[in-house]
Amino acid sequence: MAVIDDIPAQSAQDTERAEATRRKINAVAVPLGTAAALLACWQIGVRVFGVPNYIAPAPSDVAVTLVQEFPLLMQNFWPTLYESLLGFAVGNLAAVLIAVAFVHNRVVERAFFPIAVFVNTIPILAIAPILVLIFGAGLTAKVVIAALICFFPTLVNMVRGLQSVSPQALELARILSASKAEVFWKIRLPSSLPYLFSALKIAATTCVIGAIVGEWVGADRGLGALIIDATFNFRSALLYATVFLSSGLSVLMFATVSIVERLVVRW
Amino acid sequence: MTLVQPLTTPAPEAGHAPAAAILRNASVRFGTFTAIQDLSLEIEAGAFYTILGPSGCGKSTMLRLVSDLIPAASGEVEIFGKSTEEARLAREFAFVFQDATLLPWRSALQNVELPLEIGRKRGIEIKTSDRSPRELLELVGLKGREDALPHELSGGMRQRVAIARALVCQPRLLLMDEPFGALDEMTRDHLNLQLLQIWEETGTTILFVTHSIPEAVFLGQKVLMLQAHPGRLREVVEIDLPFPRAIKQRETPEFMRYAAYLRELLETC
Repeated sequence: MAVIDDIPAQSAQDTERAEATRRKINAVAVPLGTAAALLACWQIGVRVFGVPNYIAPAPSDVAVTLVQEFPLLMQNFWPTLYESLLGFAVGNLAAVLIAVAFVHNRVVERAFFPIAVFVNTIPILAIAPILVLIFGAGLTAKVVIAALICFFPTLVNMVRGLQSVSPQALELARILSASKAEVFWKIRLPSSLPYLFSALKIAATTCVIGAIVGEWVGADRGLGALIIDATFNFRSALLYATVFLSSGLSVLMFATVSIVERLVVRW
Repeated sequence: MTLVQPLTTPAPEAGHAPAAAILRNASVRFGTFTAIQDLSLEIEAGAFYTILGPSGCGKSTMLRLVSDLIPAASGEVEIFGKSTEEARLAREFAFVFQDATLLPWRSALQNVELPLEIGRKRGIEIKTSDRSPRELLELVGLKGREDALPHELSGGMRQRVAIARALVCQPRLLLMDEPFGALDEMTRDHLNLQLLQIWEETGTTILFVTHSIPEAVFLGQKVLMLQAHPGRLREVVEIDLPFPRAIKQRETPEFMRYAAYLRELLETC
């Protein structure tokens, strides 16, 4: 009897497992398939209508360039990565520290928050030349631009995160006679982490934009410089390959932050 | 002997066991609103008190006053002969909220250990229970779940972690603000029994706010009935039911009589 009972249960489980696997495959296959179809349309469109290569290169041309010009691309990839990472670190660190100051001192918040909002409203493209004039065409200007673009979302999120502690958790801290420092390290800071990581995920992609914009304004190296160079020389395939690599850099940064988030924020 | 008395008489004479808490004409005001007016009572050490009353009668406010979360506008509150602030610093009391208020990034065990970490770096001497945090989790029936994060535990389990956390500094007074209010009936019954057991084992004094008349009768040796507008003491009802209590007792005529009496009293509050 038991044996007979086991069989349908087993097969039901198998069907369920097969169903789950199929769903997983679908989740990956559908977007990948769509992307491949769009690329194919692009390839066929360019070839059928005879679009000149300098106006819109076919995906195959871009792929060939990506391989052939790989050393050149990488030569320009590293500086941009470096600027993005430094900008990411500087901008977010500043935002976190200022958020801590805001939360602990209302006067500081009232004094500086409007300024932070004002700076955030200036388009990054408008402020980039100013920063290049101030810091010169070297690394500093790019890092500052990348940092600036990261700064505001992290500041706002971090302030919210530090304030997200439930009133009851603060009452608990009071009953335990916790000091301000203990409340900060043991309750406020951990509470803010989910908010911080939301901001860091935004910053992971925007810092790359900042670095590239900085390179547009004045640089001889980096993906931004290569984009300008390729555009003015009508090397469209190289331009597309550079754009592809830039977005790859953003994805890499985003994925790294997401993985770290999953390791840190387990609740 | 009356265990609780409105303090018309002076402080208890020497040799008498010190009261867990004494309120003398204590009032609490929020702006122009008077939450508690001239509340005077003495809480006997080691006893189990439940607090009932209509909403707005200052039940929670009373616990907050005793636990130094809010100050008295006038009058005095004494905990084991100390001011509420001194008692707080000495960890004489612990508080269990309606919501478990666990830190979601800490495991059950780490949550229980939290009170031991607070103040340690500042060199404050912390009173600890004879039982380790691990043993306390076992006491509340969570052996084997030490490493679970709060979101992996049910509401009842989370509240049990909160109780273990409250016990870790061996408080002489346990303040509980509707701790089981959000739980289902079955879990609530179970935790009521467990709480009585903990009370008997630890000998702590318990002040337990509840909305439920059966719960108040079932748990308490004394029911403090508060009255609203402004909050003040209406009556202290002694529950003369034998311990250890069992769920079945709730069907006895005596139990029903107490419940009916309290219900009537509550309606006129």
